[in-house]
Amino acid sequence: MCSVCGCGEGEVRIDGTAADDHHHNGHGSAQHHHHNHHHAHHADGTLDLDFRNEITHEHDPGSEDGGSGSRLLRIEQDILAKNDGFAAGNRERLNAAGVLALNLVSSPGAGKTTLLTATIAALGGGARVAVIEGDQETANDAERIRETGVPAVQINTGRGCHLDAHMIAHALDGLTLAEGGVLFIENVGNLVCPAAFDLGEHHKVAILSITEGEDKPLKYPDMFAASDLMILNKIDLLPYVDFDAESCVDYARRVNPDIQILRLSSRSGEGMAAWLAWLRDAQRRSGAGSPDVARVANHA
Amino acid sequence: MHELSIAQSLVELVSDHAAREGADRVRTVHVRLGELSGFRRALYFCFDRVANGTICEHARLAIEDVPLTVRCDHCDEVKRPGARYNFRCPTCGMPTPKVVTGREMQVTAIELDFDAPRASQAVKRRNGSATLAKVG
Repeated sequence: MCSVCGCGEGEVRIDGTAADDHHHNGHGSAQHHHHNHHHAHHADGTLDLDFRNEITHEHDPGSEDGGSGSRLLRIEQDILAKNDGFAAGNRERLNAAGVLALNLVSSPGAGKTTLLTATIAALGGGARVAVIEGDQETANDAERIRETGVPAVQINTGRGCHLDAHMIAHALDGLTLAEGGVLFIENVGNLVCPAAFDLGEHHKVAILSITEGEDKPLKYPDMFAASDLMILNKIDLLPYVDFDAESCVDYARRVNPDIQILRLSSRSGEGMAAWLAWLRDAQRRSGAGSPDVARVANHA
Repeated sequence: MHELSIAQSLVELVSDHAAREGADRVRTVHVRLGELSGFRRALYFCFDRVANGTICEHARLAIEDVPLTVRCDHCDEVKRPGARYNFRCPTCGMPTPKVVTGREMQVTAIELDFDAPRASQAVKRRNGSATLAKVG
């Protein structure tokens, strides 16, 4: 049985491609709320998760009218308490494993996956890195990561616009987390919805490519308010586009005075040393020191 | 889209409580929404759809709005910023990253309907950490 939510992992076949449907009652919900998600364990040990049909409902017909009394029940509970509970569990698990987890958020095409492959290359082959990829469809990104030799789990959200902590809890089951390692969670490309969901990460990192325009932090403030670091990506294109970097930094600090900012190009390597140094410092702060990152960052 | 997930979390959370109390229907769901949560309107639209067919069907959503306030260390005061996303003190212009109120997204109370007196007794027996107050 799965330790995350009690769904039966025994039903999953490990045959390279096929996945098994399973559903389970929604964590003590009063309704018959079913989670239908695929677990596909591949022969090479990789795991893909499919949450595309997760939100379905079957309901009991309501009771008849004619109440004999009402009572007010005081609760004082966060609406996202369930997600936050899973997030706290994930964080505990990551801390126990000594792993730094980063939630990478951006619009589609900002260069998250390329930044990841460039980071993995900069850290060298032996680095203890794992990746969780979130997309509505396809396993393209996980495949790109696996090509670098780093383990990756692909989560397909279907119509879902964001990853949630429950999905991450399942994905963690498919990854071996090495002490002192780094887990990158590449969220669904979307500058709105992922801001609201804690996955159990140590930091959200917003990636803004300069071709998107400098006013994105003002247009999508929630994401930049929720992030600890903003990476201005594709900075090598600065001579070719009308992008006012100073204004962008000013806008980001308006919505989040504490946000840190790095200018980077995965393609030219500009800013990569500063990014690796940031990773090393983040590991120190999280208590998960990685010899791999420290070694490379110190020499970069 | 994520408003739907949030509405779903709300309905699930409330339904769990209602079932545990042995209620037959949920009459009112009281929520507290900070200005920064930013999905007041969306929740109105999503709630009925998600509640449909559940114990929360036809429940009224009662929203308590919480304004955004920030702490200005320079003025040593809690202030109300001029705009939703301009974390600078309206008086001195210094950055004010400390949000005091405005991020709330909570269920504060639910009003439950009971058809049979037996159910009410069960509620009294099961009343644990939550506080029950007779309202009708």
